[in-house]
Amino acid sequence: MNDLLLEIEDLKTHFFLDDGVVKAVDGVSLQVRRGRTLAIVGESGCGKSIMARSILQIVTPPGKIVGGRICYHRAPGDVVNLLDYQRKSREMRAFRGREAAMIFQEPMAALSPVHTIGSQIVERLRLHSGASRREARALAVEMLHRVGIPHPAQRVDAYPHQLSGGMRQRAMIAMALICRPALLIADEPTTALDVTTQAQILELIRQLQAELGMTVVIITHDLGVVAEIADEVAVMYLGQIVEHGPVDAIFHHPQHPYTRGLLRSIPRIEDVTRARLDAIPGAVPHPYARPGGCPFHTRCRERIIHQLELCTHTAPPLTRVGPLQQARCWLHEPPGDGQRGAGHAAEPALAIIGGQ
Amino acid sequence: MTSYIIRRVLYFIPTLLAISLVTFFIIQLPPGDFITSFEARALANGDQADLERAAQLRERYGLDQPWYVQYWRWFTGVLTGDFGYSFQWKQPVSALLGQRMLLTFLLALATTVFVWAVAIPMGIFAAMRKNTLGDYAVSFVGFVGLATPDFLLALVLMWISFFYFDMSVGGLFSPEFENAPWSLARVWDLLGHLWIPVVVIGTNGTAGLIRILRANLLDELHKPYVEAARSRGLTEWRLTAKYPVRVALNPFVSGIGDTLPGLISGATITSIVLSLPTAGPLLLQALLSQDMYLAGSYIFLLSILSVLGVLISDILLAWLDPRIRYQ
Repeated sequence: MNDLLLEIEDLKTHFFLDDGVVKAVDGVSLQVRRGRTLAIVGESGCGKSIMARSILQIVTPPGKIVGGRICYHRAPGDVVNLLDYQRKSREMRAFRGREAAMIFQEPMAALSPVHTIGSQIVERLRLHSGASRREARALAVEMLHRVGIPHPAQRVDAYPHQLSGGMRQRAMIAMALICRPALLIADEPTTALDVTTQAQILELIRQLQAELGMTVVIITHDLGVVAEIADEVAVMYLGQIVEHGPVDAIFHHPQHPYTRGLLRSIPRIEDVTRARLDAIPGAVPHPYARPGGCPFHTRCRERIIHQLELCTHTAPPLTRVGPLQQARCWLHEPPGDGQRGAGHAAEPALAIIGGQ
Repeated sequence: MTSYIIRRVLYFIPTLLAISLVTFFIIQLPPGDFITSFEARALANGDQADLERAAQLRERYGLDQPWYVQYWRWFTGVLTGDFGYSFQWKQPVSALLGQRMLLTFLLALATTVFVWAVAIPMGIFAAMRKNTLGDYAVSFVGFVGLATPDFLLALVLMWISFFYFDMSVGGLFSPEFENAPWSLARVWDLLGHLWIPVVVIGTNGTAGLIRILRANLLDELHKPYVEAARSRGLTEWRLTAKYPVRVALNPFVSGIGDTLPGLISGATITSIVLSLPTAGPLLLQALLSQDMYLAGSYIFLLSILSVLGVLISDILLAWLDPRIRYQ
């Protein structure tokens, strides 16, 4: 596996608030492969955005990365642990501005309302390269053209409020890609857009990824987006990766009860109309009251069905459940029972769901 | 942008007309006028010359006419640069106002510069170091500044400058420069005296603006566009100065309009304590003695200053924030 770009090990990002510590990211381990698209999915508040911000170290106090390693493979053999750099150091700023880039959910809010889009693109380019003002402007216009903005030579001097939502998101993508990053992190890039624009933006990201050969980490709670763009999927719940694997495996053979729940809760067009949508019972626990043991045990139907007592007090490890698939669930690794394989445990559970 | 400015300047004219009308009307509201008391005194003294003089004045300024005729005479005079005659000072109003307005304007300008130079860095510092010792220190100084009455601070500073620096206190000039023509030495003397009123008048505004800027900046500091700028690899200071501070400055700029009239009317007590040759005390006297042309011209100039201030701040705002321009 020397095609890795990022290796995240046991990453912990906590928020130290007056009322207590919120463990937004609590022991995430994840591999991101070069040139691929990884989707991170989960409910609001599961820590997916904070995890992405931790990679760039743009988590600000009271949030703090308290542990783990984020190894960045600049080239095969040239590996740095990004957490060795100080948050505000020159090296970290160069990484987050030049080698990586992030696009945000609300393009209107993430672009400065009082600066032209051109000036914000040029700023990034000039900060990380020796380009002159004139060269930078020319490159900005070219990039705006590339992301499909009509009349880029005029639009470069437009303010965000003069552009439509889709155009703004294109401008933000242009800004992100102006330094040709190896890693693009897209935090819900289509959530604020209407459906037709969503498809265009996803197509644009995919096309630019092919042209520039970059790796994409896309954060979303929309499984439709995942199906459209991702090669791999990591499912997050309460600050942990509960399942990780190729997109087909996750969609067709989900191994973690939470993933199954997510997939069941998608409305399907062929379903009986007016039937109640199968939602995951309960709500995400309060951030100050994280359950002990497996974080999902309070909402897990399969725990009740299988009457697993273990889940309530001991957290399960991430277990290999397929060739490239991992899940964090005691169903797949009963303690002291090495004989029971992953597939075994999964099938009865699936059967039960099928019978419901 | 140009059409926006032209439009704003055109609004300026009817506003001024309306203000001048209203102020003149209000000045006329109390019964009697300056000439009435002047005549009463002349009668008591049996001074025939003064009585004739009073009649002349009454005739000349149309004081026996209704107020709107008086207004019209006065306003048309103003347009040609004749602000009327101060009965109390027995001088043309323009001569009386010229010097004082210049000094008032100078004081206002110096105070604004002082306020901004202190408030902006302190406000940014307090916001960026929120809830730290430094923030508390700045806030403490700010609250003390807000809570201290200006006249008290004026007295304390006068005492300090007299006791420790052996300077003449009060006024804007040393006695030897009081009526001297303008020269480099006189300007230097002015600067030596100017700091006390600037600090006294500016403290309140500074404290207020620190609070405003801190609060505004705290609203902006965690906006997504700041995070986006951070993700581009800018240093903290650079991205703060370029993005959120720029947005948080809007209320400062809109406040310019209030600065000029505020300094003149609000600083009156300070000016009296410090015996400054500025506009405030003169206006107070003119109003007390019903010296109507002086008072009217004064308030008219004040109105021009406030409307001008609003105009300047509107244009600056449009320049600073493109969203306003395109509305």
